[in-house]
Amino acid sequence: MIAIEHLNIVFGQGANRSHALKGVDLEIAAGESFGLVGESGSGKSTVLNCITGLLSHWTGRISIDGTDLSGQRDKAFYRKVQMVFQDPYGSLHPRHTVDKTLKEPVLIHGLGDANARVERVLDEVGLGNRFRFRYPHQLSGGQRQRVAVARALILEPSVLLLDEPTSALDVSIQAEVLNLLQRVRKERNLTFLLVSHDLAVVSHMCSRVAVMNRGEIVEQVNRNQLQAGTFSDRYTTQLFKASKGYDRSVINGFVDHFTRSEEA
Amino acid sequence: MLLLRNQWKTWLLTDTPQSSSQAYVGRIYIGILEFSKNHLAVLGLAIILSLILVAIFAPWIAPYDPVETNLANRLQPLSGKHFFGTDEVGRDIFSRIIHGSRLTLYVIGLVAIIAAPVGIIVGTVSGYFGGIVDTVLMRITDIFLAFPKLILALAFVAALGPGIENAIIAISITSWPPYARIARAETLTIRGRDFINAIKLQGANPLRIIAGHIMPLCMSSLIIRVTLDMAGIILTAAGLGFLGLGAQPPSPEWGAMTSAGRAFILDHWWLITMPGSAIFIVSLAFNLFGDGLREVLDPKREQA
Repeated sequence: MIAIEHLNIVFGQGANRSHALKGVDLEIAAGESFGLVGESGSGKSTVLNCITGLLSHWTGRISIDGTDLSGQRDKAFYRKVQMVFQDPYGSLHPRHTVDKTLKEPVLIHGLGDANARVERVLDEVGLGNRFRFRYPHQLSGGQRQRVAVARALILEPSVLLLDEPTSALDVSIQAEVLNLLQRVRKERNLTFLLVSHDLAVVSHMCSRVAVMNRGEIVEQVNRNQLQAGTFSDRYTTQLFKASKGYDRSVINGFVDHFTRSEEA
Repeated sequence: MLLLRNQWKTWLLTDTPQSSSQAYVGRIYIGILEFSKNHLAVLGLAIILSLILVAIFAPWIAPYDPVETNLANRLQPLSGKHFFGTDEVGRDIFSRIIHGSRLTLYVIGLVAIIAAPVGIIVGTVSGYFGGIVDTVLMRITDIFLAFPKLILALAFVAALGPGIENAIIAISITSWPPYARIARAETLTIRGRDFINAIKLQGANPLRIIAGHIMPLCMSSLIIRVTLDMAGIILTAAGLGFLGLGAQPPSPEWGAMTSAGRAFILDHWWLITMPGSAIFIVSLAFNLFGDGLREVLDPKREQA
């Protein structure tokens, strides 16, 4: 469904030059749930921004459903690929009601029957009609993220890009939103590309995971490896240990991969 | 009756509105509640509303014709017959101030209608697109900002000929650049936000994004700024009138009236005091009102 080859992107020039993605290769099958993990700044969100076209100066090849993407995206692309953002407090327009936020994509694509679509998708994400005419400031973080999911679903896409969809939420709400995502994926047979720094979330959601460090994919593992903790790459092992919680003896054994690769 | 009022209140303040219009009206109602806590702002609004009423009903309120001269009756002091006295050609100053409110409203209304949209369009377009568009539009704005306001207005009036319409054009031309600056600054902070990225990923074109998503968020700071500028516009218009380049005699423009009264300031103080006070009160009212609006509309406060 999604194929990425030799994806490269460079930000800035001269002393500020930063090679954010260094030849990323990914292959995601239709209906698969694929995870992309790594620490902050490893380039995982940049991959999503390249796919969606928010960044356009990348090189390499990205293809969705067999068609290669160029710098410009057309409307048909956005009907196929939708995205849920990390921060539910920033991803909804503060002056638009839920109703308006959800109707807008229907209007843009001229799908018609907006009221029925909004009602249906609100039911699907478990919000119901009660919330339809509220403003974002009248919703909790979890409810906002449900609205964001509804907005992504209303165009009936086949690919959903998830940029840390739960990292801004309380732990108890995280599970609700993750379960919601699991359910819609099953019901609609969606392809997921989930970006996260949280290995627990990824191992719950994804069948395959790619680990990123400093703009490169260092290892691809499956769910069994992830749950057992058997990795071939040292960075992955370290990331896995770090995700188990703070332990002084473990932390002392860590290598700073930043300086290590600078020396190399 | 009380029950009905309570029903209305619950309908307005409900957490679960049944329609977009109910949600919208409820939001406005909360804004009005907030605004009415600021008593000085309410006073400002009351003065502005009475100015509008006076302007509408001027012919019925004014006891005399504002341009009718009566030399036998010149320079009369305040009395029951002439509330604010009469001027050097015997016109009733009270009637002239009442009719002058129409000119004042005409000026600020037209300036706001011309300058604010130009400012917001230039600002949001340049902020949203950035790059060469931004550079070109902002340098043009800089050029207009570099002129002293009154001097540029003077130059325009000198070129176009004196008169109230030309004064309005001149003031509009000099007052849009600050609005463009504000709108651009707001746009720069908004355009990178996730909800703008989200609507882009919905396939929206730039026109829809700017008009539907960015402009509404620039509106509040712009409305505040325009309201606060109203006082300045009134003063500039009065200044042009005072210099003889705004409204032409015998039209009862307040600035022109103070100018004419200047010659009599020592012996007949009311000639200049009355229109001067009118300018002062209306300018103050707009400042108070703008301040109150800022408390209600300021988007920075709301997002906290």
